[in-house]
Amino acid sequence: MHMTDALISPVVGGLGWAAAIGLSAVASRRMRNDPAASRPALMGVLGAFVFAAQMVNFAIPGTGSSGHLGGGLLLAVILGPDAAFLAMTSVLTVQALLFADGGLLALGCNIVNMGLFTCYVAYPLVYRPLAGFSLSRKRLTAAAIAAAVAGLLMGAFAVVLETTSSGVAQLPFATFTLFMLPIHLGIGVVEGLVTAGVLLYVAKARPDLLQSASNTPGSSLRPLLLTLLAASVFVGGLLSWFASPHPDGLEWSAARAGDQQLAEPSDGLLARIQDKTALLPDYSLPATSGASEAPEESWPAPSVGTSLSGIVGAGLTLVLAAAAGLGIRMLRSRDKPGPSSQAS
Amino acid sequence: MTYLDRALSHVAALDDLARRETPLTRLDPRAKVIVTFAFLVTVASFGRHQVSQPLPLLVYLAAAMAFGDIPWRVVLARLAIASPFAILVGMWNPIFEAQLVQLGPWTIAAGWLSLVSILERFSLALMIVLLLLATTGMDAVAAALGRLGMPRVLVTQVLLLHRYGFVLGAEISRMMRAHLLRAAGRAPELSTARSMLGGLFLRSIARAERVHEAMLCRGFDGVVRRRSRMHLGARDALFVCGSTGFFALVRLVDLPRLLEPVFS
Repeated sequence: MHMTDALISPVVGGLGWAAAIGLSAVASRRMRNDPAASRPALMGVLGAFVFAAQMVNFAIPGTGSSGHLGGGLLLAVILGPDAAFLAMTSVLTVQALLFADGGLLALGCNIVNMGLFTCYVAYPLVYRPLAGFSLSRKRLTAAAIAAAVAGLLMGAFAVVLETTSSGVAQLPFATFTLFMLPIHLGIGVVEGLVTAGVLLYVAKARPDLLQSASNTPGSSLRPLLLTLLAASVFVGGLLSWFASPHPDGLEWSAARAGDQQLAEPSDGLLARIQDKTALLPDYSLPATSGASEAPEESWPAPSVGTSLSGIVGAGLTLVLAAAAGLGIRMLRSRDKPGPSSQAS
Repeated sequence: MTYLDRALSHVAALDDLARRETPLTRLDPRAKVIVTFAFLVTVASFGRHQVSQPLPLLVYLAAAMAFGDIPWRVVLARLAIASPFAILVGMWNPIFEAQLVQLGPWTIAAGWLSLVSILERFSLALMIVLLLLATTGMDAVAAALGRLGMPRVLVTQVLLLHRYGFVLGAEISRMMRAHLLRAAGRAPELSTARSMLGGLFLRSIARAERVHEAMLCRGFDGVVRRRSRMHLGARDALFVCGSTGFFALVRLVDLPRLLEPVFS
């Protein structure tokens, strides 16, 4: 469910980062009045709990597959939404850095997908109204399942939006949505069951923990939610502009057997902004201003003889990479006798 | 050794690598964080069919890994755990992008190129983050992110998580081993998982309370202080300018194509 660097465009990654930075700043500011803020060890260790608990795979009855705890909802119930959001942000950051789950560029999107929707939407708008302040088994379980499903479905749908807007993967929007949502519906039910199980376990041994979390004021969430709603409409609208076919490198448009244009140049305000801010507009050399010039500038070139050049160049670069790595290691190990470096 | 043990020892190995003295570990963590982000943006900014143009970034990585004395087996072991999500989503490209393209003597679906591009992006992004961690260490990366503007409460969170994630990870690993020995290697049922996680949760809370009191006894005021100070020097500036300049060159000029007449 982690969005990954391999499928993301800089625009979508940047928007995710902007949203994540904004949310973290808001959450940190709101934490000043939160009792959990005076207990960073509680937040840190519970974040560590989620980090460790995600490594436990358990059998899902009747399916033959296995699942693990997501943890965002559990943290929101115990710590309140702001502390839970920051704890989830830290979990995702450490996972991105240590386990390459998702990656750094996609981290902002992952924070939105797995932190925002669970802590700021599913918890206050689904779990809290359904569960109320009762600790009845049925009510708490139903609320946890509904909130977990809602959070995961929103997160999964956001992954679909981010992936299709990035334009790297070619899975059509509708197919991808139909693929992601049912899977996450199932995962959500299991997540809800485990979360409810842990909450009921905690309620028996330490009811004070659940009671203190119940004191989190619900009304103060309204300004944040309104801001987020506005931001999501804005970002959603923004992303929809980029959902059009992304202009690819013109380099090899001419090599297509059908001789069609690979991408229509998009127009509109945001496309112009993108053109102005892109590292290299339209991914082409400045000389390639019109599509008609593309055949001369394209890679691989249309004829079989010259088109091999692209492959040869790539092969040479790989050889150069290996040579650079081995050469530097050999030079360094000659300069510094001692434990030999691994240069295989 | 369970999967958990392997994951934990793998991460501990990264921290060990970061503690050595190499030209890259001596650089300011902020410089390395900035270069890592520049690298990632460069990789992501390529078109989805540009497979050969980003390859010089591999030369950069190979050189940097050599300067940082990062063993290749660590890199390859990490690459072997390829992102299932990236592959699961990317593997449909050859079907949904079926336009034929001529690549040398072969005619293939355009989707194959974009699938290779996805794997290439994945590998490059994974390697640069591995390089950052193995030459900097998690604590220094968190401190650098804090100096670059990450909220203080979040930096403290990341540091505590890194510290206690492994303590609890080791604890849960022992619980899993105990379960697997008693359940003939079967994964725990849902009800067992609830009790295991519930028990661990309560112990985590108790541990957090002890840690909190210990932190207060030592005068914790909301800031986790590091012993080593950060200092951006000329060497760091050269590293940032040189690296980002090279990334820009790779992005703007198709170097593999230029390279070709030199060798043929």
